[in-house]
Amino acid sequence: MVVPLSRPAVAARGLVCEFGPVRAVDDLSFEVAEGEVFGLLGPNGAGKTTVIRVVTTLLKPAAGTMRVFGLDTRRSTMRVRRLIGYLPQQLSIDGQLTGYENTWLFARLYDVPRRERRGRVEEALAQVGLDGVAGRLASTYSGGMVRRLELAQALVSRPRLLVLDEPSIGLDPLARRSLWERVLGLRDELDMTVLLTTHYMDEAERLCDRVGLLLDGRLRAIGRPRELEAPLGPGATMEDVFRAYASDGSDEDKGGLRDVRSTRRTARRLG
Amino acid sequence: MSAAPAAPPVDSAEPPAAIAAVRLLGSRTATLCLLELAKLRHDRTELYTRAVQPALWLLVFGETFTRIHAITTPGGLPYLDYLAPGIMAQSALFIAIFYGIQLIWERDFGILTKLLATPTPRVALVAGKAFAAGVRALSQVVVVLVLASVLGVRFLWSPPRLLGAGAAVLLGSAFFASLSMTIAGVVRSRDRLMGIGQAITMPLFFASNALYPTAVMPPWVQAITHVNPLSYEVNALRWLLLGLPGNPALDFAALLGAATAGIAAASLLLGRLAS
Repeated sequence: MVVPLSRPAVAARGLVCEFGPVRAVDDLSFEVAEGEVFGLLGPNGAGKTTVIRVVTTLLKPAAGTMRVFGLDTRRSTMRVRRLIGYLPQQLSIDGQLTGYENTWLFARLYDVPRRERRGRVEEALAQVGLDGVAGRLASTYSGGMVRRLELAQALVSRPRLLVLDEPSIGLDPLARRSLWERVLGLRDELDMTVLLTTHYMDEAERLCDRVGLLLDGRLRAIGRPRELEAPLGPGATMEDVFRAYASDGSDEDKGGLRDVRSTRRTARRLG
Repeated sequence: MSAAPAAPPVDSAEPPAAIAAVRLLGSRTATLCLLELAKLRHDRTELYTRAVQPALWLLVFGETFTRIHAITTPGGLPYLDYLAPGIMAQSALFIAIFYGIQLIWERDFGILTKLLATPTPRVALVAGKAFAAGVRALSQVVVVLVLASVLGVRFLWSPPRLLGAGAAVLLGSAFFASLSMTIAGVVRSRDRLMGIGQAITMPLFFASNALYPTAVMPPWVQAITHVNPLSYEVNALRWLLLGLPGNPALDFAALLGAATAGIAAASLLLGRLAS
């Protein structure tokens, strides 16, 4: 039996996540349709990464459910993991290994059959345009190349859901553009669903089929970017939508020190 | 255009859970060990720099104590011969005991998070890393073995004995690496782990039979050596490489038990480290 294709790729119902007295996600419900590019937007500390951690089975919610292709992330942990390709916010490659070895590691961890492994690794590296430098140590890659290598790691298992947590953070505009062109190209080519988080509103506007605006762990708005912009008048952007919902207008007090540190560290490594 | 990704089978016929679990454990461990070898192949600097300390122990401490005959060895064995397996175990210990630092580094750079999101149970991840530390330690032990041979230590060069010695080093290193990963799960910071690692390394080394027979130790130190896995590793190496009398079944059982307990403890604390 295979996972039915008609179910939503991601379905959150009354999701609650707590860290001690802090409620990071509060009664969150949303769905991501199969084949969709869905963006979770919000300032630092809004709960975006917490939601991603639940989707990727790294965190068990205090209440509510999260389903990936109909599978409960709490009960069917390993099955869910096999369906997902994941790019965390921080750079997560091993600089002591080559691009090929970094990708091969994930082929092994996702149990890609031995007879297919070499071909799949080469295919994933070619999909992100790193086939010519696969034999080089990853420590010699530029920031944009590292992100593409991470994408190859996520693609080597041919996931049905690609989860990207702030994937363009710290990248220069050209590398960001290149990364997104590849992600969208691959989405069309491989018929994947993409769930991403970002706080670049322009990026969300151009790339996402639908977005969810998360503030203080609650979903304040959800819909197509144009649908959300329309009530604000002609020429409104997602930036305006964000400002309209974030009534305090500032995210300076949101997000822990660790969040800021992590972001800075990633930006530093990307140079 | 590539074919659309096939939905992975969910309820397909699968082997019994226990067999699948053992297979998974073996597969993940082999994967991480192979990558450790790849890292060693790409950068051999550590192999050379880490050879300095054991070389000094053998050349300075070993040669000196062999000449002054201060330590009575079983069967009148030259002290350098008696010392060599102890230095091998020490080299492996020094590599493995700081392995938790690498895990914290991987946590800080998101590598651990990504590994935890793969279909890999935590115990398989820890076992893989523990034995990868063993592979790195083994490469160091080979260097010490060659060095000691050059200095005139007469080892028993039979393949089964060498394989057994390799297994003892792998198990001992797996324990000390998982001990380090367990401490990493408790302290969660590189600086604290470095301090604790430095604080426990030398006591573990001196409160073992690596340098001298336990018979010459005060009773309270002897008691510690009996619960110190390093002693069992050294015993196994002496039995295998020098042919000294020993109880290899007990040694390997102790090493296997320690490695299993260490991996279980580190697995339990891995979630705490990653959060």
